Parts: sequence; structure tokens; C-alpha cells
Amino acid sequence: MTTTRVADLSTTEVVRQSLAGRRVNVGAIAFQLGLLVTLLTSLLILVVLLGDIIVAALPTFRDRGLDFVTSPLSLSADSAGVLSGITGSLAITVVVALVAFPVGIGAAVYLEEYAPDNRLTRIIATNIRNLAGVPSIVYGLLGLAVFVRLVDLIGLGGDRGGRNVLAAGLTLAVLVLPIVIITSLEALRAVPNTIREAGVGVGATKWEVIRHHVLPSAAPGILTGAVLTLSRAFGETAPLFVIGVATGFFASADSAGIIDRLTGAYTALPVVVFSWTRQTDPLFLETLAPAAIVVLLVVLLTANAGAIILRNRFERQW
Amino acid sequence: MTTATAPALDLSGDVRRRRRERRVRRFFLGTAILSIGVSVAIVLSLIGEAFNFISQVAFADLWTVGWFPRRGLFDFITLVAATLLISLIAMVVATPLGLGAATYLSEYASPRARRVLKPIIEILAGIPSVVLGFFALTWISPNIAQRLFGAGTFSMLAAGIGVGILVTPLVASISEDAMRAVPNELRQASYGLGANRAITVRRVVFPAAISGVVASLILGVSRAIGETMVVFMAAGAVGGALRTFSVTEPGQTMTAAIASLATGSDQVAGEGLAFQSLFMVGLLLFFLTLLLNVISDRFVRRVREKY
Repeated sequence: MTTTRVADLSTTEVVRQSLAGRRVNVGAIAFQLGLLVTLLTSLLILVVLLGDIIVAALPTFRDRGLDFVTSPLSLSADSAGVLSGITGSLAITVVVALVAFPVGIGAAVYLEEYAPDNRLTRIIATNIRNLAGVPSIVYGLLGLAVFVRLVDLIGLGGDRGGRNVLAAGLTLAVLVLPIVIITSLEALRAVPNTIREAGVGVGATKWEVIRHHVLPSAAPGILTGAVLTLSRAFGETAPLFVIGVATGFFASADSAGIIDRLTGAYTALPVVVFSWTRQTDPLFLETLAPAAIVVLLVVLLTANAGAIILRNRFERQW
Repeated sequence: MTTATAPALDLSGDVRRRRRERRVRRFFLGTAILSIGVSVAIVLSLIGEAFNFISQVAFADLWTVGWFPRRGLFDFITLVAATLLISLIAMVVATPLGLGAATYLSEYASPRARRVLKPIIEILAGIPSVVLGFFALTWISPNIAQRLFGAGTFSMLAAGIGVGILVTPLVASISEDAMRAVPNELRQASYGLGANRAITVRRVVFPAAISGVVASLILGVSRAIGETMVVFMAAGAVGGALRTFSVTEPGQTMTAAIASLATGSDQVAGEGLAFQSLFMVGLLLFFLTLLLNVISDRFVRRVREKY
């Protein structure tokens, strides 16, 4: 440091610089910049990913408009739409909700409210956490070995021997079950014990306390987890291949009754995206698949945003 | 209350109420047992068919030119090599991106900046894998794998980068949690000794959070190994794959092998032991990821115990 430069700087700056030293500052700034770059790279990836897909999807929406959303599958790129995918995914999601929510929330209530804090309970809790990490395709094998046969066995197999929406819904329900349990457990845990003690103190039984106080207090958290769970099921693809989702074109009878639809051939929105990347007509890959992705992302982001708003609106601070 | 004068006070309450309590308790216990039954069902369903495979397969078919289950060639090395290569590429992408983003969010970002930047990670985490598979196939492959590395349309490299992007949010959020769990006293003590923020992060916060950071990376590997769609769409090798260790070539991972055999015919079918081989692959996959998850769980618990 030369004396002429010192004169330009304020006293604190001089002291700071002589204490810290110039070289260290450069290193520290470079480190911080490096970290910022990694974060901005993630942002860049997101922008490129969404931008690339939206730009590719625009022509489809410009030329076809809502017709794309309301048309069923077709072998011709001009008339193919995502309706079969949307209805299939919705049907699967409904089955998932009907199965995974009662079982998952029930299991969470047992573990948090009833189960004694012993080794068995801890093993069960660990087991559920580990189930959440099992690859989704393995659940597909489980679905093939158990649920497809089960659905066929109880007479709902239809003409496809159990490879239908019911089996798909059951399989995905089992897939998301650990997530439902974990998010519900967290919501129940956030309810302070004073609430429970007050309930028991005025003579309520355990179930009455749970029914009238614990569950209502935990409801926003449970609901948020539920919505996130459903959006996970909605976007899930891989296990469906194993349990026989239709990846090509199939004729969907619009006049079919609800039982026929539940037991017949089906597809799902993410599966439609996949199968359109494998058509011989390149239009499917270049314009229709991105458009289907946009529909998929709109559904998922709306659901997730809804869940977050729900949580912020109803979350209680204790 | 008049009963207060009775010699033996009965506090057990209404019989109907007690019966209802028992019924409710049994219902909740049932749901918990059902949830556990799932893991038992997974293991049993996999083991049954996997055993059939092991007991019937000719051992010469387990060490051949590649994985072609419909032709009776079950070279597991092909699948394991592709799985490990793609996971390695994924972690090369996800480790710097995830840890860097986590460190910045936890140690540098102001609360306001954090509120703006954190959703980037969350949105990225919410993107379904089929979308990333599409991105890997139509953007990463032509713009990175083909242009910079001379790979073909389908390559393990493009798939690996795609999986890396998918794993990044997971690594970021778990390691950020670990770093935020480091008590502020440690940082203040470090500043008090004259260290600046960069040194504090590297010498104090990072070592203190190392268990959680390691856990996030192990979980990232586990997720990368279990990822199907990105690999299935971008790594190519439909139907089977030759054994290769070159990442610019197509390859088939364990997950993609299962999906690939199941697709096209709308149902899992094939000559001979093809069907059974899927369950063998699934069983390997299950135990591999289970092992990684258990190890990562240990690490996470170590952080929790410390602070």
C-alpha cells in the first residue's frame, strides 16, 4: 500500500484492509461469486428448460387452441390431443386419493397419537422413511405381481386381465403412501401437546381429542401434503409401463360406461408425452410432445401453487 | 355428582364410549400395519420371481456380450456399469450445483433474496422426470452431448446430465437444511477470531454440517440409481444393450431395462426367462437403494443428535 492511496481511503477502510489483507478479500469474493454462479446456473437450466419447451409448444396451441386439450389420441399429428391422457391421469389420481389418504393419514395418526415410543414403533417409522426412497419402477413390479392379479381376481380385470386404471391407481397409491404418512406425521407433530392435554383434562377420550382438536389443527398441513402427493402421482410415469399402460394408440370409446372405462385400456398424461417422443412422424416429438408437457406442467404447478397458498392461508402459529 | 359418595369410585366411563375407543384404535393400528405390509409385499413379490430366475438361468448367460433378455442374454455387468456411469455423471453435475446453491442460500442470501431464490430449487424439484427426459433428449443431447463430446442422439452422457439436474434440488435442499442447523454461535465465534465469511463457511459451517451434506449426496446417488424416465428416454438402447463403458454410447440402466422390456407390447412378455429377469433386476435395485438410504439416514441422524 502506498501513502497516496491511503489518503483516499477512510480510516475504517484502512484498518479493515490491513487486518484482513487484500488477497484474502479477493478469495472470499471469488468464493461467494462461485456459489452465486452455481445457484444462477440452476436458474438458467430452469429458464432454458421451460423456454425451450414453451417455444416448441406455441405453434400447437396457436393452430389448435383448446382443440388440442379436448381431442383424444390419434395416429395423425393434426388431430391428436391429450384428452385421453388427462382423463386417464385424473381417474388414476382419484383412485390414489381414495386409497392412499385414509390408509396414510390413519397410519400417521396411529404412529403419532397411539403408538408407544418403543423399538417396534421406531422400526416402523424407519421402514416408512426407507420406503419413500425405493425407486418408483420397483413399485411397478410390485403392482404387476400383486395389484394386477388382485384386480383380476376380484372380477374387475376387464378384458385386459387387470391391466387397468384400478391396478394403476392402487400401485401409485402404494408408491405415494410413505409421502402421505411422512407429511401427515409432521403436521400432527406440529400440534402442541397442550391442546391434547386440555382435551383430556375436560374428560374427552383420546379419539374425541383427535377428532375434534388434533385433526382440525393439523388439517392444513395434512391437506398441503395431500395435494403435493397427488401431483406426484399425476406426474409419475415409470411404474405404469410395467403394469401395462397403453403406450401406443388405442380406441377410446366415448360412450363407454364408467366400469368399462375403469377396466379398459388407459393411458396417462406423462405416458402420452413419452409415447409421442417415439412416433415415426417427427411432428409428434417436435411440437405435440412439448405441448403435452405444457399441459402437464400447468396442472402440476397450479396444484402445487394451490397447496402453498392453502398452507400460508391456514397455517397456525402456536 | 352423586356417585362421589359411593365407596368404590368407577372412573372407567361409558361402556359404549370405551368400545368406540377400542374400535378406533384398532382401525388406526390396521392402517399402520397395512403400510408396513407394503414393504413385505415388495420384498416377497420380488424374491419369488427372482428365485425362479436364479434357479433356472444358465450361468453362462450371465456373462455375455450384453443385456438382451428376449434372446436369453442376461449380462448384469452391462446394466450395473450403465447405472453406475450415469449416476457418476449425475453426481458430477449435481454436487457442485446442489452444494453451491445450498451454501449460498444458507450462508450468503439475505432473507429477502432467499424468498426469491429458494423457489427456483422448489420448482425444479417439482418437474416430473418425463419432462426432464424430454429435455435431455431434445436439448442436452444435441447441444451438449453431441456438439461438445461427439456422442450420438442417444447417449449415457445426455441421460446422466439430465439425471444430474433432477437430483440437484434434492442435494440442495437436504444440505441446506444441514447447514442451517449449524448453530449461529459457531459462526460468531469464528468471526470473533477474525475469520471472514468465506473462511467461516469452509472451515466451520461446512465441517459442522458434513454429516448432512454427505447424507444429501448419498441420497442423490440413490435417487440417480433409481431414476427411470430420463435414462429410458435419453440413453437409448431399447430392447437391450451391448456391454460398454463409454458414456458417449447408448446404454441401459437397471431401471431402464425394466421399463424397456415392459414397453411396446403394453405388457411384460418375452421369451423364456425375460419376465423373471425383471424381478431379479428389481430386487438388486431395491437392495442397492435401500442400503444407500439406510446409510444416509444414519448420517442425517448424526446431525440431529449433535445440535
